Amino acid sequence: MTQQRYMVIDVSLCHDCNNCFIACKDEHFMNKWLPYADEQPRHGPRWMNIQRKERGQFPRIDCCFLPMPCQHCENAPCVKDFPDCVVKREDGIVLIDPVKSKGKKAMVDSCPHGAIYWNEEANIPQKCTFCAHLLDDGWNMPRCAHSCPTGAIRFYNVEKAEFEKIKAEQKLEAYKDEAGRNPHVFYKNLYRYEKHFIAGGILKNGDCVEGAAVSLKGVAAPGQTTNYFGDFKFDALDSGTYTIVVNGKDAMTVTIDASLNVGSIEL
Amino acid sequence: MGKIVRKTNSTTGGPVYVDVDVDENKIVRVTPIDFTDDDAESWTIEAKGRKFSPPRKTTYTAYTAGYKAMVHSDRRLLYPLRRIGFDVNGDRNELKRGEPAAGGDPKYPGYERISWDEALTTVSSEMMRIKREFGPGAIIAEPSSHHLWGNVGYRHSTLFRFMNFAGITYADHNPDSWEGWHWGGIHSWGFTGGLGNPEQWDLYEDTLKNTDMIVFWSSDPETNNGIYAAYESTVRRRWLKELGVKMVFIDPYFNHSAVLYSDKWFSPQIGTDAALAASIAYVWITEGTYDKEYVKDKVFGFEEFKAYILGESDGVPKTPEWGESETKLPAHDIRALAREWAKNKTTLAAGGLGGWGGACRGSTGMEWARMMIALIALQGMGKPGVNMYSTTQGAPTDSDFYFPGYAEGGISGDCENSAAGIELVHRMFDGITSRPSPPNINTAAGNHIPRLRVPECIMDGHFGPWRGKGFVGASIEQQFHQYEYPAPGFPKMQMYYKYGGPHIGTMGETNRYARMYRTKNLPIVVSQSIWFEGEVPFADIILPACTNFERWDISEYGNCAGYIPGSFTQTNHRFISFQMKCIEPLGESKSDYEIFRLLAERLGIEGPYAEGKTDLDWVKQYFYATDLPKITTWEKFTEKGYVVVPYNDKRKKTPGMRWFYEGREMDTPKPGRFRPGDQVQQKGLQTQSGRIELLANSLLRFDPDDKERPPLTQYIPSWEGHHTERFKKYPLAVVSPHPRFSFHTMGDGKDGFMNDIKDHRVRVGDHDYWIIRINTKDAEKRGIKEGDLVKTYNDRGEVILAAQITERVPPGTCHSYESSAEYKPIGVPGESADIGGCVNILSPGRYLGKNASGMATEHFLVEIEKWEGGVH
Repeated sequence: MTQQRYMVIDVSLCHDCNNCFIACKDEHFMNKWLPYADEQPRHGPRWMNIQRKERGQFPRIDCCFLPMPCQHCENAPCVKDFPDCVVKREDGIVLIDPVKSKGKKAMVDSCPHGAIYWNEEANIPQKCTFCAHLLDDGWNMPRCAHSCPTGAIRFYNVEKAEFEKIKAEQKLEAYKDEAGRNPHVFYKNLYRYEKHFIAGGILKNGDCVEGAAVSLKGVAAPGQTTNYFGDFKFDALDSGTYTIVVNGKDAMTVTIDASLNVGSIEL
Repeated sequence: MGKIVRKTNSTTGGPVYVDVDVDENKIVRVTPIDFTDDDAESWTIEAKGRKFSPPRKTTYTAYTAGYKAMVHSDRRLLYPLRRIGFDVNGDRNELKRGEPAAGGDPKYPGYERISWDEALTTVSSEMMRIKREFGPGAIIAEPSSHHLWGNVGYRHSTLFRFMNFAGITYADHNPDSWEGWHWGGIHSWGFTGGLGNPEQWDLYEDTLKNTDMIVFWSSDPETNNGIYAAYESTVRRRWLKELGVKMVFIDPYFNHSAVLYSDKWFSPQIGTDAALAASIAYVWITEGTYDKEYVKDKVFGFEEFKAYILGESDGVPKTPEWGESETKLPAHDIRALAREWAKNKTTLAAGGLGGWGGACRGSTGMEWARMMIALIALQGMGKPGVNMYSTTQGAPTDSDFYFPGYAEGGISGDCENSAAGIELVHRMFDGITSRPSPPNINTAAGNHIPRLRVPECIMDGHFGPWRGKGFVGASIEQQFHQYEYPAPGFPKMQMYYKYGGPHIGTMGETNRYARMYRTKNLPIVVSQSIWFEGEVPFADIILPACTNFERWDISEYGNCAGYIPGSFTQTNHRFISFQMKCIEPLGESKSDYEIFRLLAERLGIEGPYAEGKTDLDWVKQYFYATDLPKITTWEKFTEKGYVVVPYNDKRKKTPGMRWFYEGREMDTPKPGRFRPGDQVQQKGLQTQSGRIELLANSLLRFDPDDKERPPLTQYIPSWEGHHTERFKKYPLAVVSPHPRFSFHTMGDGKDGFMNDIKDHRVRVGDHDYWIIRINTKDAEKRGIKEGDLVKTYNDRGEVILAAQITERVPPGTCHSYESSAEYKPIGVPGESADIGGCVNILSPGRYLGKNASGMATEHFLVEIEKWEGGVH
């Protein structure tokens, strides 16, 4: 079987440096890589679209970023809706034909991730190509991965079975793939973007309590011991109602639909 | 597409391969450089049972990745221009500067195209007329804080060589990224050669092996990249994290380094960092958890400091509860931090380079820097794992290998205004076939104009007295020297020769800089610039320069040296680039070297200036002045385009300040040494006592009654903070650090890609607005939503910005980077709201103190309201 191209993005390693976004523009602006892609306009499209997510309330917050290129789905809606204009290559890369897709503005709406952009000047829909023109020329990764300074974006050329193993080992997830489109872009630590946390601090007589035992009733998450600031943080939670238990006693019950800083709990 | 050829170049954001379409004279792509097998091997460090070796590849920043869009931009100046209305032989219409007259070139409103000959003749004739009519020094040259990368083309090099031979006065730069360390820290411990920042030699290995906890205080290495070093230290911080080093962040903003590494975040009320430090010291002193032996031997003035901290001298004990009242941080968190700090081997990452940047640039910068020094002194700075180290320098590369940085003067050999005298001037010029350019006017006793006071000097015709000539690197006491403008016997300014980047986005209270052009006191303004941006459209004559991708140069990644000794230890490998002329200069633009050569020709000084050489000839001369011939040949170097300096396993590792801790003679590398004359037997620090002085002898000697910079290290409430009258009217404090997506103004604007970065600018209508980050509650109170345009104002001016609503600042605090390249007043320049994004318009214009001529732009008070003035 042909080796497949996969991109893996670790949400916890991205700090929004934008190297991927800019390297992508550098590769495709002023350059026509036909028949893979026509040139990208100077401003506007985000073939690598970095989305920001802040969680919690001051001062117990965190922040993460989800870089989102075309997901190169195996069952891509754009391929299904525009079979004459979009091809799925044997290596998994989905490419929009820059000639055949002329005038097909409706393709922009076919992508549930909004990863297809309309190029007004060239009159064509456009999106990330995984830099297929470079891969076919011997590069082993696209420009975004090559420019990433934290190792958040990695690129794999492996057989499907091999990647399934990697997926399981690294606990990789697809982003919003309830419909089973089977993307070729996977995320690590996606909970940072999609789930919630409950965080707070334990106080006694006006001082932080290190070593308090804190747990959440009703979830499988293991209990925690507070750190030197008396802090605890339960993460990867779904919306719902939780009771915080401190040193064996129910301390607080909260209902969340977003991350929550419960503040200080006085013993 | 034509033939693609791979070239090399380098930038403030890293060295690069540049793939060029030679047929179409355009850049195809700009990428980091993967090492090849024949490049020298990397270092390995063993720590806590693991081995660490860096990736064999360079890193770069987004603004470097996006250079192509700045090089090939409609904002480029492609031919010389003259302002419509400016007649050098008749009416000069000085009052109309900044108001584009109708007609002229559609690309450059208010200007018409002229030939190079006309431009050069006008400028050189005026220069000669001014010298004859007014005397020497009436021409002022003023470069931007930053310039394009390359040791030959840099301002300390080419500009200084021209300036010194042409008899031009240099507008002295204040150390805009060091202020508090320079004007404050130096009095605690010297380190004048590093502008008050301590040595960082070999501290990565020491920290990796020994440190349990790092406190990042006003430090955001993932934003400022140390300086010039892109993401080289990112992997090194990740290894620290992987080894379990705890990381605490103290910053008004939950910064980008905190995003990756923070275990705990403290956001002190702006201007109160020194109060937080004082209450940490209170916990240590009352609980006896400071290093008593070290303090006894190596700290001067501890008893006075202790009396202040305990409130014995002023009646106010600096308890964590007192700290809470000033900083708004909970006392229990302050106490926990102080205790954990003392319990562990803790390194203090104050600022971005063992100092530098952040809170040192604000109104309380001097006392913040001195208090940081006090804290780390109390914990025994220099012992294993305990230091002041920002995790950005200190890689174990070969410091014995000689390759200087741009601050060492390049082709100027100017030993007064660059660090050429340390070594380079002696290696570069034999004095027979090639000579340096010693200054005649730009000497300590010559003519001076401080960059921060150029507007007053122009508008009022005089300024002063002030103390300290810009970067004072030679000794502590030099910063007490008094100056006035014009210097005795020198004439007033007749020509302002602006060279590169805009000040309106980078200096303080900057409507002043817009107003200063509109006066008859200034007969001619010349701007030598690459782009039509910022304050360039105030000039009478514009000379189009090209980028470093259009000329030859040579440089090392991350190495400015001079005022940052060992700056090359920021990178994982010492990496020296041949900066190739990748494309021909666009339009009629020319290299700075060539523009100055053509002027020199008309001024009759081409001989001494150029010595018959091209820029490439100077690059070759520079190559042979360094240690490069020991590891490569000119032919190999220029063929491959770079060389990696081999790891030197014979080099003795000397962690910064270990010698001081152990009471030995100083053993750290030569470029970082003080002048031995400042020490006694090469032991101890530059201070009078040789110790870290919490009570500064230099200040006791000079002005013991100075309330803004008292001899004793202490907390002084900010004059731009919550105790002031201003605060009642302008209750929001904005922190305004060095930016992430441009280097000073290099990267912003220019119709480049950076404008599209969501966290840099926001498009509303046809314009990309600069961002201000506002806390959710403050925004709600004012009816402001994400992406709204807001008027941000105080009595210094108004700037229209795009709101980002966030919890990354607490209520009462906002965040907006400095360094907008765009200045776009919606009415009269200097009098109306700016939609360009120059938040520095709102920042204080005053000096740090009567005796400290640094700027204080890092924070300022404003009010914000939704902008109802429409979209522009």
